Amino acid sequence: MTVTALATGEQDLLGIAAQRRRTGLWLLALTAGLLVTGVVAVGSGAVGIPPPTVARIIGHHLVGLPGEVTWTPPQEAIVWQVRLPRVLLGMLVGAGLAVCGVALQAMVRNVLADPYLLGINSGASSGAAAAILFGAGAGFGQYALSTSAFLGALAASLLVFLIARSGGRVTSIRLLLSGVAVGYALYATTSFLIFASGSAEGARSVMFWLLGSLGLARWNALLAVAAIVLIGTIGYLTVVGRRLDVLAIGEETAQTLGVSPDRFRLRLLVLVSLSVGVLVSAAGSIGFVGLVVPHLARRIVGAPHVRVVPVAALLGAILLVWADVLARMLLAPQEIPIGIITALLGAPFLLVLIRRLHATGA
Amino acid sequence: MIQATGVSWRYDTNPVIDGVSVTARPGRVLGLIGPNGSGKTTLLRLLYGALRSRSGQVTVDGDELATLPAREAARRLAVVVQETGGETALTVAELVLLGRGPHLSTFQRTSRADHEIAARCLARVGAAHLGARAFAQLSGGERQRVLIARALAQQATHLLLDEPTNHLDIRYQHEILQLVRTLDTCCVVVLHDLNLAARYCDDLVLLGAGGVAAAGTTDEVLDPGVLEPVYGIGIQRLELDGAIHLLFHPIDQPAEERSAA
Repeated sequence: MTVTALATGEQDLLGIAAQRRRTGLWLLALTAGLLVTGVVAVGSGAVGIPPPTVARIIGHHLVGLPGEVTWTPPQEAIVWQVRLPRVLLGMLVGAGLAVCGVALQAMVRNVLADPYLLGINSGASSGAAAAILFGAGAGFGQYALSTSAFLGALAASLLVFLIARSGGRVTSIRLLLSGVAVGYALYATTSFLIFASGSAEGARSVMFWLLGSLGLARWNALLAVAAIVLIGTIGYLTVVGRRLDVLAIGEETAQTLGVSPDRFRLRLLVLVSLSVGVLVSAAGSIGFVGLVVPHLARRIVGAPHVRVVPVAALLGAILLVWADVLARMLLAPQEIPIGIITALLGAPFLLVLIRRLHATGA
Repeated sequence: MIQATGVSWRYDTNPVIDGVSVTARPGRVLGLIGPNGSGKTTLLRLLYGALRSRSGQVTVDGDELATLPAREAARRLAVVVQETGGETALTVAELVLLGRGPHLSTFQRTSRADHEIAARCLARVGAAHLGARAFAQLSGGERQRVLIARALAQQATHLLLDEPTNHLDIRYQHEILQLVRTLDTCCVVVLHDLNLAARYCDDLVLLGAGGVAAAGTTDEVLDPGVLEPVYGIGIQRLELDGAIHLLFHPIDQPAEERSAA
């Protein structure tokens, strides 16, 4: 095939190269933004620590530089033991919920899909609560909580999709309603379990499962598991970006372009449930991140998932860490559940989306 | 070559396609025609594997379609379905590039060569100027041409189209089918318009109630004696400059008896 007639060699056909450069710049900028966010967020709280000190403490712990200690032991404890794991968990949760939202929206071809709205978070909550209170999944040792949350999330998402699907095509309204119904039922179950057990499960209250908190973040196995699962999820979703693109167009199209829709969707559902299970067991149920962030990401870099997934991950990480800073600072020293902040920001956004759906008649 | 033998499909208990056999030969354009509800689209979907018949089998170049991996099937069969994908936020260029997917490994991103193929396919359907536009904002006719460009970009050995001339004005109806004619791939087209079928198809399969009412070359099938009972309309056939033209007129007397029966 001769191409001489079309291109002289340097021409950027279809503008793809320019688009890639743009995405690359955004990724760089967002990565820088994430690092700055991390350092500033670790420094802010009831006891303020200047960002340069934060950076030095982290550097000292990670790579032994600077070797000379110029900070006080309490500062070091606050940064390294308390706030850094918290900020890292925030990043993981934000990134994870955002990419789970991206995957769900592609799966159901619906911009309203989000793990929280679809009741997947509450499934994970129920699973986790069952693990804590009754030792469900004890066979999995220290991973009992995550495993049980994962199973809860998987069960909830399967249930929601089966209900939404009964009688043919998955419509927005049916999906949302079944998500809300299953979500409420499971939240009620979780709350009931906690009250009925009568255990003084102090740290993880009903509030934790309903509105989330990063306050329990520690350097522990859970944080490590969350990091591995989420980085894996983000990587996988980026790599299968093209397949997400065709799935988002339609089942028949996906199939004629070489993607088996059913198998792929099931794989995505398991992956999303796994991520949400791990996240919820570490940080409770935080809403709206998975709804809002994918839209912002698409605004910035367009619709192809190979770009949307990494951008959404970085954006989600940044936004959630700032939401947590707000949660800690607004009524300091009292801490607001982070879910209140994300809901205050996300709910109006949902209303706008619903209005727009109405306008286009979808 | 696509060969279907004894395939069937039913919606609920109502058989639409019952033990049908068709063959699409290499380098030829096969048209599927028939009245509304005769199962043209259903038959096409059986041919590209969106529906799997319980009986019989479909083979593509000798291999059973059901046993081909999805990607391999997509390298052999490019399909333009009626599903519009109207809600996607992709641009036209991005959408057409998805046609290259079956040729790329999971970790491979589209290369310059892929971009060239996509650009050329867009140009072939007269949509080169639409590349940067959002697909969802196009008119019905523009969308149709872009979807055909995507199928062309797939560079499959077979092209299947479900009423590709829907939404197109008369000029593009002819341009698209002329384009289909010039491809040296094996094409299967579901067509509503018998005169388009007459002009652009080599072979035709006429579907009637439950199965094939007639199959053969275009010349053989477009016989008023064959068509009239299937469509329930009077047909006059003219040949101008060696091309077949059909004229239609209501059948006067038995119209009421027909609907009563």
